[in-house]
Amino acid sequence: MTDTSGRVTACLPIRSDMDLAWVRQHVRQAAAQLGFGLVDQTKLVTAASELARNTLVHGGGGQVESTVLETGAARGLRLAFSDQGPGIPDIERALGDGYTSGGGLGLGLGGARRLVHEFSIDSRPGEGTAVTVICWTAGAPRPREESR
Amino acid sequence: MSAPIAGSSGTQVPVLKLGTVLLVTLQGDLYDEAAEQLQRNIGEAIAASSVTGVVIDISGVEIVDSFLGRVFAEVAAHAKLLAAQTVVAGMRPAVAITLVELGLTLPGLRTALNAEEAMRLLSPASTPLHHSPARQESP
Ligand SMILES: Nc1ncnc2c1ncn2[C@@H]1O[C@H](COP(=O)(O)OP(=O)(O)OP(=O)(O)O)[C@@H](O)[C@H]1O
Ligand SMILES: [Mg+2]
Repeated sequence: MTDTSGRVTACLPIRSDMDLAWVRQHVRQAAAQLGFGLVDQTKLVTAASELARNTLVHGGGGQVESTVLETGAARGLRLAFSDQGPGIPDIERALGDGYTSGGGLGLGLGGARRLVHEFSIDSRPGEGTAVTVICWTAGAPRPREESR
Repeated sequence: MSAPIAGSSGTQVPVLKLGTVLLVTLQGDLYDEAAEQLQRNIGEAIAASSVTGVVIDISGVEIVDSFLGRVFAEVAAHAKLLAAQTVVAGMRPAVAITLVELGLTLPGLRTALNAEEAMRLLSPASTPLHHSPARQESP
């Protein structure tokens, strides 16, 4: 997807609700270590929780691979969720708020997309689903904003 | 002072009854299973005794996702059927900001800055006699 400068830091299974809690904890720690602020940490952990739960509930279980990205001054965390489940027949519809095939609110996928900087999804009916997200830290401290 | 209501089930979520109000204090990360168990416990506690309000204190909760949000909404809906009000107290600012972007609006849930304010909101003595909006039965 993006550059190869990434360093895979963890590959976590997603097979139970305990695994979901572990994914949240891992993402929290990784984001804090990378220097994400509290709000950005919270957004990323929440997005990860939504996507991991989809992997578990809709995809029948799978995994997430976590990679630290470094490009110049910018640092980021990439999370790649994948499963070999039934896939998503209509991705556009699944991304829309309020669409759910189960008893959910239908917010997870579209909401997760809003909470991260980069979002991509690849899904084939009968083969599985891969959702990859990236969040970047603010990067190097910005020069003081000049008044115009 | 207060008596633990539910707790035998293995969840570590304290549910206390203070007068006619249930005070539920969530801490840290809750497994889905534990959240659902908690939802059942609250439902039973409301049904078993005269409860007029439920306070869910989430000041110790680092994230609320759509699953936990739905648990809150269902607790509130259940409480409402039994004429009890639900207040979510102490939501951290980072959590509130995230929920807005997620698109989770928690309809039907009142919020309070902290558990004390929530208890005050629910205590009959201090509730001002505000004019209830003209009764409207939806057609
Ligand atoms: N990994 C996946 N495999 C198969 N289908 C999926 C996957 N992820 C999402 N979907 C489909 O997309 C729909 C929308 O997902 P979304 O997370 O937005 O809502 P939800 O999971 O149904 O409810 P919630 O608001 O609780 O997350 C799901 O109902 C499901 O049909
Ligand atoms: Mg979902």
